[in-house]
Amino acid sequence: MTSRPRPEPVQVIKERRDRALDLLVQGVPYTRFMGIDFDRRGDELTALMHYDEKLIGNPFLPALHGGAIASFLEVTAILGLSWQSLWDEIESGRVAPEDLTPETMPRLPKTIDFTVDYLRTGLPRDSYARARVNRSGRRYASVHVEAWQDNRARPFAQATGHFLTPGQGGGQRAGQGAGQGAGQGAGQGAGQGAGQGAGQDGGARGG
Amino acid sequence: MAQKAGGKARIAKQFIEAIPFSKALRMCLEDIGDGRAVISMPWSEDLVGDPQSGVIHGGAVSALMDTCGGAAVMSHPDAPAGTATIDLRIDYMRPATPGQRIVARAECYNVTRSVGFVRASAHDADDARPVATAAGAFTVERPKEVKA
Repeated sequence: MTSRPRPEPVQVIKERRDRALDLLVQGVPYTRFMGIDFDRRGDELTALMHYDEKLIGNPFLPALHGGAIASFLEVTAILGLSWQSLWDEIESGRVAPEDLTPETMPRLPKTIDFTVDYLRTGLPRDSYARARVNRSGRRYASVHVEAWQDNRARPFAQATGHFLTPGQGGGQRAGQGAGQGAGQGAGQGAGQGAGQGAGQDGGARGG
Repeated sequence: MAQKAGGKARIAKQFIEAIPFSKALRMCLEDIGDGRAVISMPWSEDLVGDPQSGVIHGGAVSALMDTCGGAAVMSHPDAPAGTATIDLRIDYMRPATPGQRIVARAECYNVTRSVGFVRASAHDADDARPVATAAGAFTVERPKEVKA
């Protein structure tokens, strides 16, 4: 009778994943300040930047500020990249979301460079964005982001950025803070090693 | 600085500091003229991108660089009537020290009929090591030609 554990109820799985995502997103003050939150379907995230008057850069048009758009894209890229590795950690059982606290969350990737293309005027309304991790290695990751408003096929901005991933290889501040070691160093190196070879992320992660 | 520089600079200061997003980030125009602009932004809890270190989010630094680049284009002697960012690349050299004001300096070093080219850098209190550098292209919107 007890030969094999029953699959968990869908609600339990959902709550666990949403809790981890919430911790990740709510932990970043700038995300809250910008009015950005995330919609999750499986492992896929869509970022949503709620329109607010303070995001305006040209009151005469009116249009969103280029800096607000850049911020939106960078927030989406960083959290998208971070979510991908956190997802792997959780789904593989290496990290238990119940044990995650703001203090033990994995460190966030650090931006090396970020290039934004402004394709169209950002209108005074809600914006959406999705990040695609094109490569995620032991130390470096390359992420592409697209943002749109009414029409997914007509992006108003896109960006490509390179990031230092926070594992052992990420260097910089690897040893900082006593409490955070647990879920991070070793686990991440291993998790990312798998997805490293070529750009097989898309196919492998679809399930 | 800007106040001393006369009417045009004062107008530019009011204009830039009245932009809602610049205001939300409490940007302050320190100096402007001849295709150059200096804008500063104080550290704030709201702008933190890494809660464990208190370092400001890269996006906020991008916003500062973007604003400063746009201001530099607007202040170019071949004065465009307006400008918008075409693209902007930021390189992050190091995390900005938490608690310190960030100062961006931008220079519009070349203007064609329709494009302004800008480079910029951002520093905190340590003036010797930049926090970030940037390069960008901006549109140059000409006032309607006056026929001779």
